[in-house]
Amino acid sequence: MTLDFVPLWTLILGLGVLFYVLLDGFDLGVGMLFGLAPDTASRNLIMNSIAPVWDGNETWLILGSVGLFAAFPLAFAIIIPAVYFPIAAMLLALVFRGVAFEFRYRDAEHKTFWDHGFCYGSVIATFMQGIVLGAFIQGFKVDGRHFVGSSWDCFTPFSLLTGLGLVFGYGLLGACWLVMKTEGPLQARMRRYGVRCLAGVLLAIGAVSVWTPLMSADIAARWFSGPNMVFVAPVPIAAGLFALWIWRALAKDGEVAPFLATVGLFVMSYIGIAVSLFPMIVPHRYTLWQAASAPDTQAFLLIGTLILLPIILVYTGWSYWVFRGKVRADVGYH
Amino acid sequence: MTLDPVLLSRMQFAWLIAWHILLPAFTVGLASYIAFVEGLYFFRKREVYLRISIFWTKIFSIAFGMGVVSGIIMPFQFGTNWSRFSDATANIISPLLAYEGLTAFFLEATFLGVLLFGRKLVPRWAHFFASLMVALGTLLSSFWILATNSWMQTPAGSELIDGRFFPKSWLEIIFNPSFPYRLAHTVVGFYVTTGFVVVAVAAYLIRSRRSPEEGRVMLSTTMWVLLGLVPLQIVLGDAHGLNTLEYQPTKLAAIEARWDTAKQVPLTLFAIPDQAGETNRFSVDIPDLGSLILTHRMDGVVHGLKDVPPDQRPPVAVVFFAFRIMVGLGFFMLGLVLVGLILRLRRTQHENAFFLRACEIAGPFGFIAVLAGWTVTEVGRQPWLVYGILRTQDSVAPSLTGPDVLLSLIGYILAYVIMYPAGIALMARIVRRGVARSDAHEDMIESGRPQLPILAAATGSTEQGQ
Repeated sequence: MTLDFVPLWTLILGLGVLFYVLLDGFDLGVGMLFGLAPDTASRNLIMNSIAPVWDGNETWLILGSVGLFAAFPLAFAIIIPAVYFPIAAMLLALVFRGVAFEFRYRDAEHKTFWDHGFCYGSVIATFMQGIVLGAFIQGFKVDGRHFVGSSWDCFTPFSLLTGLGLVFGYGLLGACWLVMKTEGPLQARMRRYGVRCLAGVLLAIGAVSVWTPLMSADIAARWFSGPNMVFVAPVPIAAGLFALWIWRALAKDGEVAPFLATVGLFVMSYIGIAVSLFPMIVPHRYTLWQAASAPDTQAFLLIGTLILLPIILVYTGWSYWVFRGKVRADVGYH
Repeated sequence: MTLDPVLLSRMQFAWLIAWHILLPAFTVGLASYIAFVEGLYFFRKREVYLRISIFWTKIFSIAFGMGVVSGIIMPFQFGTNWSRFSDATANIISPLLAYEGLTAFFLEATFLGVLLFGRKLVPRWAHFFASLMVALGTLLSSFWILATNSWMQTPAGSELIDGRFFPKSWLEIIFNPSFPYRLAHTVVGFYVTTGFVVVAVAAYLIRSRRSPEEGRVMLSTTMWVLLGLVPLQIVLGDAHGLNTLEYQPTKLAAIEARWDTAKQVPLTLFAIPDQAGETNRFSVDIPDLGSLILTHRMDGVVHGLKDVPPDQRPPVAVVFFAFRIMVGLGFFMLGLVLVGLILRLRRTQHENAFFLRACEIAGPFGFIAVLAGWTVTEVGRQPWLVYGILRTQDSVAPSLTGPDVLLSLIGYILAYVIMYPAGIALMARIVRRGVARSDAHEDMIESGRPQLPILAAATGSTEQGQ
């Protein structure tokens, strides 16, 4: 054995998935809210607010899945078949959602069809990602190096709850994004949707926080035993403060604040899940180290990643900078 | 009849990759073509090149979008359906796929935006540069994907320990024996495919008098390029065949429907292979020519299928016929570019109605040849997933049942049956509208993406200036 690359890969993959959740999260959320828009003009605005960035956001999904395959292939080989149907449904939803951007403008006769594809595609993709999350937390039936349960195991009351929770979560991200990108009545409407989504998210987070320790004694011990409690207590406390901040910023006249605070809430929830599961990558079964690929493989990919990932981040940041500010409906926006 | 998850997973993968491969077959070539036309515009400064570039860039953006969404599905298939393959090969192929994402998608995403919206925002050289980078991105993507595929065909640089592969040499893994040939043959195949689409569209634009000037420029330049590429492709195909003879003799035997190892074998033009009877029921042979073509020697030895047990042979008929479709189309294309050259020397290339009609008909031939060639190489690899080491039937996720896969397969079929005709119809609509008639307003509506007001004004003025 030479160097241990696992901690670094855990960090890279963890950040990659977090970026995906935040970036595609807001634009899937925007896609869902698109269905609630009152008229064509606001639908166009809503779509325009993410059109230049959505495909970059979705690239993180590829990086996330291929990154898991590369760094922790055993987890990839067990988890992905276990969530066979949610993944298939998500991919199908993303097809319709993805082509809608190009097709709804070029295919005027079927615009309504592509509009529905965009909205329902976003809802289904989000819900399915939530089911994957729930199934992941619950764990899988594993024998040796394989998932041996049924393809329907992942649909449980708990995973349906996390699915619903993520719909509200992405909806909240999307609403806050639109608060930032729009003005006037549309913005006011998004503030209202944001508050409703926040209520849904908090209920879901609360339910998951009660349910998870009840499901697993390990997880309960991690949160509620002796000195641990002191170290992990800041996570739920910070989450609560972020929630309060979101609510106040949405109710008053925060423009960027609701989005930032929502990112904070997501990060806290993410850390919360990490606290519950670390160092398992196939929960209750395999650790990150057990699931890791060969050190040669991790090293070979690490060289390129350390060079290329910062460049990608710079580009991504630059493209957001180019398209900063309020989205406008006048010439140039379709 | 019980539903077999292995067979259904193969059908699902075949369905998804067959549709997906059509898009890279087009966008890899088209990205380079756009860069080529941008280069002509940059150096020669003739407006007609600009109009041609804008026309093809619109078509490119639709094909590229469809390529992205159908491409996202592919890596997930390794996990959802082929998890045992993934577990066994991850150490080798996962970094290659990850490098595709890091190098190719990054370049494409960055510079596609500049290519589509940045014409007046960046200097002209930078716009030309962006088109080169998009083309480079598509080529890098081909590089990594074909490295992965080639390693599955001719594994090298790795060792098998407890049923899993471990890397020994990354150079040997990437530059495995079949990779250089496969890369060259595939990329040139993609270029030729795009070339014939451009030629078909050009012929249509001339014949229908939509945009005869642009059509003539497209036809003329592309026929020159094809005059070089089509013969080159035949030479590369031959070299790839020699490589297959050396490293995958059973695949070559299936391509030639040759059952017995022999010297001085004939060339079988047509046959009806009988897999169970281990013979051809009917065949049209030319004596000795088989050895000459396959080994470049009159008395060369060609191995037969009977060298390996029946359960290690690919389905012969599929490979045999797919190969003949590919080669037949290849020689038809060669004939067409030679006819084009003769007509050019007589200065009637752009007037001959029969030739123009033939060009239009040949538009989809490259796609059919790509699919046929892909069938030869992938079906010819069976029953192996990693050639000679890992069997396809041992690679599917153990948890999957037949009905599971049938359900997802139906979903994927429905999605593509909607998306592909819609996308093709939209691209055809752009073609029917012709080159010159694309006015500024329409373009902005069509672009489907917001632009900065300053950008919109800039592109608007470019297009009004046509």
